[in-house]
Amino acid sequence: MAKPAKFSPMAPASRIAERDALAREIITPEGVPITFVLAGAGDRAAAFLLDMLFQVLALMAVGLALGLAGAGNELLKPIVTIFAFLVVNFYFAFFEIRWQGQTPAKKRLGIRVIDARGGQLETTAVLARNLVRELEVWTPLRFLILNRMLWPGAPGWALLLAGAWTFVFLFMPLFNKDKLRVGDLVGGTRVVVQPKTVLVPDLVSQAAVSMQMKAQAAPSYTFSDAQLAIYGIYELQVLEGVLRQDPTSLGYFDAIATVCDKIRVKIDYKGRIDDTARFLKDFYVALRAHLEQKMLFGQRKEDKYSKK
Amino acid sequence: MAGPMVTMKSVAFRRERESTWAELEAIIEFADSKGLRSLGADALARLPHLYRATLSSLSVARSISLDRALVDYLESLVGRAYFVVYGTRQHVRKQLAEFFMWKLPSTIRAAKWHILVSVVISVAGAIAAYSLTKGDMDYYYSFVGDMAQGRTPASTTTELREGLYHSEGVNSMLATFAADLFSHNARIGILAFALGFVAGLPTLLLLFYNGLVLGGFVALYTSRGLGVDIWGWLLPHGVTELTAVILCGAAGLMLAHGLVFAGSRPRLDSLRERGRPASVIVIGAVLMLFVAGLIEGIFRQTVTDLTVRFCVAGATAAFWIYYFGFVGRARDRQLAGVGDA
Repeated sequence: MAKPAKFSPMAPASRIAERDALAREIITPEGVPITFVLAGAGDRAAAFLLDMLFQVLALMAVGLALGLAGAGNELLKPIVTIFAFLVVNFYFAFFEIRWQGQTPAKKRLGIRVIDARGGQLETTAVLARNLVRELEVWTPLRFLILNRMLWPGAPGWALLLAGAWTFVFLFMPLFNKDKLRVGDLVGGTRVVVQPKTVLVPDLVSQAAVSMQMKAQAAPSYTFSDAQLAIYGIYELQVLEGVLRQDPTSLGYFDAIATVCDKIRVKIDYKGRIDDTARFLKDFYVALRAHLEQKMLFGQRKEDKYSKK
Repeated sequence: MAGPMVTMKSVAFRRERESTWAELEAIIEFADSKGLRSLGADALARLPHLYRATLSSLSVARSISLDRALVDYLESLVGRAYFVVYGTRQHVRKQLAEFFMWKLPSTIRAAKWHILVSVVISVAGAIAAYSLTKGDMDYYYSFVGDMAQGRTPASTTTELREGLYHSEGVNSMLATFAADLFSHNARIGILAFALGFVAGLPTLLLLFYNGLVLGGFVALYTSRGLGVDIWGWLLPHGVTELTAVILCGAAGLMLAHGLVFAGSRPRLDSLRERGRPASVIVIGAVLMLFVAGLIEGIFRQTVTDLTVRFCVAGATAAFWIYYFGFVGRARDRQLAGVGDA
């Protein structure tokens, strides 16, 4: 799907390619495929560290409360012990169950847990993915802190080897293409980016409005069927990307001029072009109308290399 | 040229459906920031309808519109709505009732072979340590270690007996002791489960080692003629605690089973299908360890009468046998019946 953009050097092709590498399709129970983008390792690590920070803060708050209540109060000790156990082992599971796959830090970073197959996120899946943190996180950490005590007089290389072995699981998300943690394997879950929803105006209706306003001022550019038959859907959507760039952004006019020039040569446009942006918009509208029309008859022309 | 472009199907389609999408987006926005439960009854009732309508819009848009921005928008809107519609459900009370009255005992019944392996390994460890220690008391130090102060072969029989019947009045230290026991044991239990991901060998070792400690311990007391007394000391909490440890081990073995012996199915599917029920068992075991911690930390330290101790051990055993053996069977049969039909 990700092809090098030959249409324009300004097309955000690298961004699209990166997105596609992390995009995963799931089939909803209604049978419609929808695409989610997997959360990157950096986001997940940041969310994890932030959640750990929240846990430490919670434990410190309780410790402080205990201190204020007076250390002599022996009844508080078992309560704190149990509370600490629950926080360390069930913090993630608690929030992911209550907040539909999010924890406080995941919410802030805009990522969340979903079922890998697209079904409802089951409670057991959340429990399974979080119980194995004992192996992924606590075992390596404990090893790091206690290794001298667990194995007194061990040679350095042995400690290094054993340490590396325990940390394999912690860093597993970095070594597979789906960014899966051990817990994701066991629970059958994925962590994805919470999509942002912005509905931008349709370029076609925008063009229609501006055309009515400036009906006399600027003649619209028209294209023959032969000229419209050259490009395909891929080029159309790259053009859409160029047209949707912020006009105030740096290099916008250069991009417009470059693309306009390429298209003019490619489709052998004979007329004068006074307004390059307008030319591209008109070409976009005409090309989209042409391609959508063909699509209705079952002919999808994917790109300029397709024969149809 | 103005005619055809304004009446383009994709443009008309968007104009027609846009208000539905906006309504769904508003509800999702609200649910995401304020929580699902703060949605009004009206919005909650509209949600599934709006979700399906938008889902069908997405399908239509994919087949008739080449406006990438529109398809992307619908895709992310459906994605967000999907989280709200298919997130975890949270009728807490209902879920808890289902968990205890059916899911937990039923899952444990289904795991009988893993539990059997877990039991066999533990018992093997116990018998090995028992017979070795009985022959040569020095083995005690290898199996149990010399951490258990005042309870080594170097202790006199009187000291050992005192350790078993040492009684404290009810005081708050006991609660702390119970809580420590619980959190320590529960951590080991969770680890036994998680180690199943390393093909289960460490889980087997942990079970075997647990058996060794038990066997060595019992051998020491039996050799001093305290055989009945040690069981009276161990069993009141031990019935619950040892069962929980064995269950955690069985959960780890389930994980290993899914990972190593995937059969004809994709390994990830197989791992997931074993991992989820295994986590149910672990949660059950953690709760059992909590109960065991209370018995060990409080009951054992205050009640020294041997008959009472055995009665409590028997009662806990009867309870767990009934609970795991029989609770929720009706629902099992019901589900099996549906499966057959």
